Amino acid sequence: MARPQPRITRDANIEFIDEKSGPRFIWHGTRFKEIVLPRGTRVIHPSPPIEPLGNPKAAIRYALQHPEEMDPLFAQLRPGMKLSIAVDDISLPLPPMVLPDIREVILTEILELCGQYGVDDIHIIIATALHRRMTAAEAKRMVGSKIFNQYWPDRFYNHDAEDPDGIVELGVTDHGERVRINRRCVESDLLIYVNINLVPMDGGHKSVTIGLTDYPSLKSHHNPHVMHKCHSYMDPRPERSMLAKVTDRMGKIVDAHMKVFHIETALNSNMYAGPLAFLGKPEFQWSEFDKLKFQTTRAALDRLPEAGRRAIFEQVPSPFGLTGVFAGKTEPVHKKTLERVYAQYAVPVKGQADVLICGIPFISPYNVNSILNPILVQVMALGYLFNMYRGVPLLKKGGVLIISHPCAEDFNRDHHPSYVEFYQRILDHGTNSYDLEKFEAEFAQNPDYIQMYRKGNAYHGVHPFYMWYWGDAGRAHVGQTIIVGAENERAPKRMGWRTARDFESAIDKAKDFLGKSSPDITYLHIPPILVTDVEP
Amino acid sequence: MKAAAFYDVDGTLVSTNVVHTYAYYAVNVPSLTDKVKRTGSLLASLPFYMVADKVGRKFFNDIFYKNYAGMGEDRLHVLGEELFDRWIRGKMFPDMIDLIKRSRAEGYRQVIVTGALDVMVRPMAKFLEVDDWAANRLEIVDGKATGRLLPPVFAGPEKAAYVRQYAADHGLDLSLCRGYADSGSDIPMLSMVGRPCAVNPDMNLASTANAHDWPIIRTPQKD
Repeated sequence: MARPQPRITRDANIEFIDEKSGPRFIWHGTRFKEIVLPRGTRVIHPSPPIEPLGNPKAAIRYALQHPEEMDPLFAQLRPGMKLSIAVDDISLPLPPMVLPDIREVILTEILELCGQYGVDDIHIIIATALHRRMTAAEAKRMVGSKIFNQYWPDRFYNHDAEDPDGIVELGVTDHGERVRINRRCVESDLLIYVNINLVPMDGGHKSVTIGLTDYPSLKSHHNPHVMHKCHSYMDPRPERSMLAKVTDRMGKIVDAHMKVFHIETALNSNMYAGPLAFLGKPEFQWSEFDKLKFQTTRAALDRLPEAGRRAIFEQVPSPFGLTGVFAGKTEPVHKKTLERVYAQYAVPVKGQADVLICGIPFISPYNVNSILNPILVQVMALGYLFNMYRGVPLLKKGGVLIISHPCAEDFNRDHHPSYVEFYQRILDHGTNSYDLEKFEAEFAQNPDYIQMYRKGNAYHGVHPFYMWYWGDAGRAHVGQTIIVGAENERAPKRMGWRTARDFESAIDKAKDFLGKSSPDITYLHIPPILVTDVEP
Repeated sequence: MKAAAFYDVDGTLVSTNVVHTYAYYAVNVPSLTDKVKRTGSLLASLPFYMVADKVGRKFFNDIFYKNYAGMGEDRLHVLGEELFDRWIRGKMFPDMIDLIKRSRAEGYRQVIVTGALDVMVRPMAKFLEVDDWAANRLEIVDGKATGRLLPPVFAGPEKAAYVRQYAADHGLDLSLCRGYADSGSDIPMLSMVGRPCAVNPDMNLASTANAHDWPIIRTPQKD
């Protein structure tokens, strides 16, 4: 049988729907839906995964021995020194990667080097900031049994932003931002930060100044005033992202007080493994067997309960490949990493859209092994997917964002206890972050939430506020958000969204809202993720 | 701030319960015969007490505290201090001690409301430096316990009534107050405050906490 002809009309990532195009699949939480797009709709596909480095271990060793603007790591090691190694938490990468996790590979190299140079006062700290503590099983998966058994829990543990003696204030920027960092890291002779860069927002000064800090420091930039000045999060140039600008300022204070050896890794977009690998290809490249697999998978998922579907996806790690590893001083390292990240994710696009369609998948940085609750659906739509651009947003100002997700009022009460109160009580006061901000301190100081953060596996009490602020720039830009396939009207209403039963009626509602009979419609076909470079 | 945090004790602040407390008294009575009799009787009655607690906390109290009949008042107090120092202090949940410190720092009055006996709660209240406490008291006649509790007997609704009255007496805004408990029998007390929290909840309380979106704290057991 002849393979279907690709309907690519402009470049490798852009497809225009014509009368011969079949339906496209779209993520709908833990399920897939099929969407019949109007003729002329532009579909933006992610680039295929970049070929990974052939020998990651060799690349890591090379980076450690040839760092940017610093001495090689071995030259900085000496017997009796105090060393802290911080690692990114479970929010990266997404989904968790096929073993060995890149952090295990890097840690193994570092610890071997430490052994050779007589360094034994080593603590490994998971840079959780105000994220939930990783469980022992999750930590073990991340670093492997050998390191886990040797270091957990006394010398390998989660950062604790609420430890009364655990934070040191290094200084205050000339803009009044307090720089407060994990005491063990500050008091170490050397801090090594092992980062994973999945999107351009990750890494750089953000790693230490956010990952190892506390609430009084975070509120310097995690607030509506800063978030409204980010265009976008995925373009971390200071002139485009106030968040990046503030963390750069804070990072300079870190560099003045601490010796930080930064290691950054760039991963490719190889998200789908094994039987789901075909999902990483555009539909027009699917074979008949791929189509059969899709229909079978879709039907099987539809028959399972939500918890069952989630359990299945949680069991499927992604075979991400390492495309770059750089070490040394934070800023030059990050510059090189960003080049690799954009090489994978940047997609040139001509023209903005009146209507942008996105599917919301089952996972976000904040619900690994957990539930994507309505607040997280919100941050995925307006915080992440909307922000997947450099320069000009993919969606025109005042345009319509159509998303697909059940948006059930379902929360993991161990992971997201304060989200429940935020959703039930705080959103009674509207959706404007400037109106909600006054409740922030109450949540941040709530002793119950602090206890659940410190001793349980809960996100910090203030975290839902951050998720809401994260959606601010998107909320201010988007004229209307319409959610397709929501389980009920209440959750979308609290988010400030309209609902539609299916995509056809959502597009009709968008046309009515825009007053256009033929709006420019774009379907952003993710994940895997991409970052658009829009030429207006 | 005009608000308080109210705490149950058994299962909430400490991993012991009233049966453990009585067992300590039973094995520490001076007479060997009495010791054997009281300890044996307690062991034999344990299944019955479990059933009684299911029937209701008040019913359980009426039956269980009869065990104390005949014990001297002085001995109850002396052993109460000893019980706390030797055993209960080590069974307290460090996480909850931290929480009390933080709650106090946030300006909440700290108040214990418990069905445990005053002789055991007094040293605990002192140790935790709480502002007030309310506990069950044994009736004493001629220097000996009768096996009855003096009213009000703190269980379920009585705890709720105490919280309401305490708030009124101290001009507290109940909607800002916090409550911590582990048992379904404490749902009335938790319902009284604006910020209830279940701690190591039993099935009944867990179900209510989930239904009403109350936070749930789980403390590791200190053994």
